[in-house]
Amino acid sequence: MAFDYAPFPYIAPPGLTAPEPRAPVAIVGAGPIGLAMAIDLAQRGIASVVLDDNNVVSVGSRAICWAKRTLEIFDRLGVGARMLEKGVTWKVGRLFHGAEEVYSFDLLPEAGHKYPAFINLQQYYVEQYLVERAQDFADLIDLRFLNRVTAHHDHGDHVTLDIETPDGPYMLEADYLIAADGAGSPTRTRMGLPFEGQTFEEHFLIVDVELPESPFATDDPERWFWFAPPFHNGQSALLHKQPDNIYRIDLQLGPETDPKLEATEDKVIPRIKAIIGDMPFRLDWMSVYKFRCARLDRFVHGRVIFVGDSAHVVSPFGARGGNGGIQDVDNLGWKLAQVLRGGAPALLDSYDEERHHGALENIANSSRATNFMTPKSEIDMLFRNETLRLAHDHPFARKLINSGRLSTPCSLAGMRLQSGDHPLVGRSLIDLPLGNSWLVEQAHGGFSLLCADDQHWQVPDDVTLIPLPDTDMRRTRYGDTGAFLVRPDSHICAFLASPDALPAALARAKGGKP
Amino acid sequence: MTFEDNLGPNGDALYAELIATHEGLDLDASHALNARLVLMLMNEVGDPARISAILKAARASSG
Repeated sequence: MAFDYAPFPYIAPPGLTAPEPRAPVAIVGAGPIGLAMAIDLAQRGIASVVLDDNNVVSVGSRAICWAKRTLEIFDRLGVGARMLEKGVTWKVGRLFHGAEEVYSFDLLPEAGHKYPAFINLQQYYVEQYLVERAQDFADLIDLRFLNRVTAHHDHGDHVTLDIETPDGPYMLEADYLIAADGAGSPTRTRMGLPFEGQTFEEHFLIVDVELPESPFATDDPERWFWFAPPFHNGQSALLHKQPDNIYRIDLQLGPETDPKLEATEDKVIPRIKAIIGDMPFRLDWMSVYKFRCARLDRFVHGRVIFVGDSAHVVSPFGARGGNGGIQDVDNLGWKLAQVLRGGAPALLDSYDEERHHGALENIANSSRATNFMTPKSEIDMLFRNETLRLAHDHPFARKLINSGRLSTPCSLAGMRLQSGDHPLVGRSLIDLPLGNSWLVEQAHGGFSLLCADDQHWQVPDDVTLIPLPDTDMRRTRYGDTGAFLVRPDSHICAFLASPDALPAALARAKGGKP
Repeated sequence: MTFEDNLGPNGDALYAELIATHEGLDLDASHALNARLVLMLMNEVGDPARISAILKAARASSG
């Protein structure tokens, strides 16, 4: 069944008739990143105005793969359970060379995690759930659809925005402006900031089709990737399942294709039939695209902060776009809330430092996958094809086949907020069952101290003390000595051998001097 | 005989470095580079029995 794109109401903003009080935060863009940002801030008591030039959710499924870490963040924001219930959980991926399966992988073979490695869920559902969740914070989140920002000015201690509405223009002041306005960010363009990186010449066709039965050989949904598929001349193909029996098909078309010609039913329907055979189907959405990997040099420019695609874009292989953006939100929310309450401004520098590192890691991974899929020269093609050939017989070559390394959170080890020498420092929390709950439900929102031994651990009011359970699973994941200080974004920022190390580690994690 | 992975998490980066090493060379120059690489890597592996096994396996995988 096709998704019902019901428009959100436009309400004439108060600024049209009289000056409005300054908002703590103005967020440009009501996509998944902007909406998640508003909810994160609202949960910390920070009010925001969300401005979007449109009034419907994403048209087309667009971002569909949501990684475990993202689901844990969405859990904190109050939409994780709903996404998990609606989404398609998958963990097995299969890789084919021609008609032959070369290998398969299982993403999360171990128990003891609230969320699976991945779910597939169309971006329009995610946005719908986030809008509904944002409406729970009527006093703190002011959603303004059909409000297009046409200009902004950074005055050093605040920002002013010029906004166009169906009823005419108005002006809004905010302490900070968050640009969540996507890959083509008008905010970035207005500021003339260079957005540089690698452009890939290859065209890809992306199609959503509704099918009456699964095209997979098993009942469980999987991720299937083909190099040189038998049904599609010489290129690559990707097949994923989404909710509502909608299947995502990605086909590599080559650099010499006309996108307008390819994105027509006459061209697409025969391609679909070549994959699924004679099954009846409904074409839900299609798009032909090229992509690039690019980023801003800095994500924080005075009072303007970039999050998500406005700050960095990647190719879709590895699902690092939407997932990377949600991690920006997770990283920025608690820091901006502290700064707005008089906390150390260095926290915003640490957002830039940590998420820049994350963006580089995502760009490196997605560039390598895209380069593997689209060899640039004869010798490049030769190596690619011989890797595939060796992979039929030799496990080492299977590891070199790159159809996208799936999104995992980056480590923040060695960066300014982290301290203590332990392999877990910098990593995001590893989940554990905790009575009737989960560690990821308990250790988020504020700082937490996870105690792995029975020393006399004491915490100040703003830190939650969590004794780790006495189980083998805990010993495997956290060992049995010391304690771990966990940040509000669920990254482990310090290992403490003894309780007297806590004050310095906490001061450092808050951007102050240890 | 099958060959297990020895590169671990560095595999992708090393593959990319290998491809980048060929950048800007024409096909003849790339084949020459590959020949030098095989000789150098053979010397690095060292063990004659292992090198023989690799040579046989690479030949056996040809299509």
